[in-house]
Amino acid sequence: MKCTIGIDLGSTTTKAVVLDEEGLVLGRGITNSRSNYDVACEVARTEALLDARFHLFERTVGDDPDLREKAGPFIEALRRNFQREQHLQQIGELEELCRAHARDTSKGVQRALDGIFEGLRTESEDLFGPGRKPRSDFFRDIAGSRYMALAEWWARKQEVPYETLYGLFDKSIIAVESRPPSTGLQESMAQALGRTLGEWKTEEELTQRLKSGVEQAILTNLTEVRTVGTGYGRARLPFPRECIRSEILCHGMGAHATFPETRTVLDIGGQDTKAIQIDENGIVERFQMNDRCAAGCGRYLGYIADEMNVGLHELGPMAMKAKRPVRINSTCTVFAGAELRDRLAAGQRREDILGGLHRSIMLRAMSLLARSGGIFEQFTFTGGVAKNEAAVAALKELVEENYGERTMNISASSIYTGALGAAIFALREARGERTPEPQTTGGAQ
Amino acid sequence: MNAPVKKNVVKEPSMLRQKEMIAQHFRDLARAKEQGKKVVYTFVPGNLTELMLSFDCLPLHPEINALQSGMRKLSGEYIAEAERAGHSEDVCTYVKCDIGMMLKGNIGPTGEKLPEPDLLLLSYTGCFTFMKWFELLRERYKCPTAMLHVPYQGEGHFTEEQVQYVVDQLRSEIIPKFEKVTGQAFDIDRLRDLLGNSARAEEDLVYVLESAKKRPSPIDAYFGGVYYIGPLFTAFRGTPAATEYYRMLREEVDARAAAGQGPITPDGLLDEERFRLVVEGPPNWTHFREFWKMFADEGAVVVASTYTKVGGTYDRGFRHNPERPLESLAEYCLGCYTNLNMPTRVDMLTNYVKDYEADGFLINSIKSCNSFSAGQLVMMRQVEKRTGKPGGFIETDLVDPRYFSASNVKNRLESFFQMLAQKGQEVPA
Repeated sequence: MKCTIGIDLGSTTTKAVVLDEEGLVLGRGITNSRSNYDVACEVARTEALLDARFHLFERTVGDDPDLREKAGPFIEALRRNFQREQHLQQIGELEELCRAHARDTSKGVQRALDGIFEGLRTESEDLFGPGRKPRSDFFRDIAGSRYMALAEWWARKQEVPYETLYGLFDKSIIAVESRPPSTGLQESMAQALGRTLGEWKTEEELTQRLKSGVEQAILTNLTEVRTVGTGYGRARLPFPRECIRSEILCHGMGAHATFPETRTVLDIGGQDTKAIQIDENGIVERFQMNDRCAAGCGRYLGYIADEMNVGLHELGPMAMKAKRPVRINSTCTVFAGAELRDRLAAGQRREDILGGLHRSIMLRAMSLLARSGGIFEQFTFTGGVAKNEAAVAALKELVEENYGERTMNISASSIYTGALGAAIFALREARGERTPEPQTTGGAQ
Repeated sequence: MNAPVKKNVVKEPSMLRQKEMIAQHFRDLARAKEQGKKVVYTFVPGNLTELMLSFDCLPLHPEINALQSGMRKLSGEYIAEAERAGHSEDVCTYVKCDIGMMLKGNIGPTGEKLPEPDLLLLSYTGCFTFMKWFELLRERYKCPTAMLHVPYQGEGHFTEEQVQYVVDQLRSEIIPKFEKVTGQAFDIDRLRDLLGNSARAEEDLVYVLESAKKRPSPIDAYFGGVYYIGPLFTAFRGTPAATEYYRMLREEVDARAAAGQGPITPDGLLDEERFRLVVEGPPNWTHFREFWKMFADEGAVVVASTYTKVGGTYDRGFRHNPERPLESLAEYCLGCYTNLNMPTRVDMLTNYVKDYEADGFLINSIKSCNSFSAGQLVMMRQVEKRTGKPGGFIETDLVDPRYFSASNVKNRLESFFQMLAQKGQEVPA
């Protein structure tokens, strides 16, 4: 099967989207961006292609009337078990690295590590248990917050410094994230399939049909006919410059593909905030981006999460509990830590501070939107920050205050908007349709 | 990452001629005191060069020194020096660069020490900061000051009364001040001769700027344009050297146009004109060549710019006139771009987009220049509306290297160029 791929190399995360020949989304993949862009691209692409196989399987079983009903829960279980396999594999890698870094430490530290990793493995049973879904896509977030909690407990028990245990994680996690995709995907899938079939109570004949559907999806030959890259790091994308598009165009196109009535797009990513106006064909009419300063972008929230020692995904839910949001004017990422400590010292609730921070970020976005021409019907919000419920709530409120009622679209896969747009450009080029001329500079040097 | 800028920079013969002229001027400035010449500090917009030359004065332009320092990568150091002396981060960076240079010994762009002023001559043409700048210099040099108040063009045109108001000041304030400082009597015939030379050079400059209406344009009217305006906007207007420079430039541009060639960039002749742009706002000087390359690499040619009108809007028909010497100096000052109201600026931009058949227009908004930047987004929307062409917006600074983020600017520009390409092709969904 022929497919095209779009890759959005952002400052924080790298996303990939695979489209089939009809332009339907076949798979999505996401990973943390790192200094090694090639690895980030490869990880995201591999994940997307893997995800594509789940979709292929869905399509296969969707055609079989006997399986159609059972397929949904089965695929969900299979995905969950596959994620568990990947998670366990990464825990294994993390442990290996932590132990290598801890070679010269005390017995207490070694014992604490025993406890931490045993805890992480045990917890993964529950974390990926039936009906459960981890709150983040990233190993760093999922394992990190649990590692810290376990480390705190074990540090006390073994009477070793918590900082030592924290330091071991800190030294090791980047290497775990930067490892090229494991070669054992097939094995992980086989393990996940075995576990899913074990959980699955159904007649043998149907089980066999589900199993063969999975195998068929795994064996389908996916031929990548064209890849287009975009995003902050696009000049470093490891493919030819003629396959590179600006993220403005890609976000505009991606938002149009997801919500065809879109006229205004707001994208808040790691370092960029973009306000884009598009026409009825997804063609960009004008745009504004933050210049010189990334205050109020996704990295700001990441920094706040680090300062508060919580996972990024926990910020939104905490901010939603704000009763009297604090008014915060500065969204300078560098000042954020001081501002936060100052507020906490003044006795203000974390939830109220976070509520205020989310609103102040959105105030900056509103200014950019105003500069780009305003908010027109319909309005689509994309990027990693669109996954944050408190950010969305603050934006909704401000949009209504300033522009009245507007339809605000947020796709569950909003973070993939840029990659989707890139994949659409790739598909159009593959079909030989007229698309913007490729840029002539900025390619990998 | 941006490719390193090539070492072997290609220059037009006229550029080399200009370089010689500037070098000679700075040599003259360095020897001014020993040769008994009076030095007048003044600014480009509304400069009264012919009048100064008629009194044998040597003009010196602090903002030109600042931009030269920017191009020579010295401005960061000078700005830091000025900030140490108490000037805020948000102040116009031309001012801080100049003050910093002064504090560090006033060594000019050619490495020679600059003379102190015998007179500070301020033609007030819309930039409030210029006035404050000279206040600071007056404080330091304790020298005579002359201020010509030029009424702002709030209505979009000037009146006879306004012209008379400026002429009266020239007669009663400025000329007597020159006579006092130089000890020479005002010679109106000398002024007429100089103004006659100016008019000839102005004719050629306009010819060169309007050559950009051709396809491909033989010039870049922004990055190349800042060189083309050099002699006429600074110390040379009215001199035979300037007239000769423009004659030479005109021939050069004609030859390129006849050969169907595009502009010369630092990397050589531009092969393909992919985008025709109109640009509003001054360029960034600290990364001038890198900035230009971001355009040239994409085949983007600036066919008209407003910055090249800060020292006179000659393409709107104005010429210095020997028959009406003081009146034409007054009208010149009144018509400088910095002295024009927003509707007039919008008109100019709109006309440029139409007359030069531009694909789009771009605003380079300068962080530390409120005089230029205030209202630019509003202007952009109006020009978009009136021309139907897309506008782009980037932010840099004049000479503060801290405010030029190459990757951000490049990112915006690439997005803008791709948007132009996309709009030019309109792919149905």
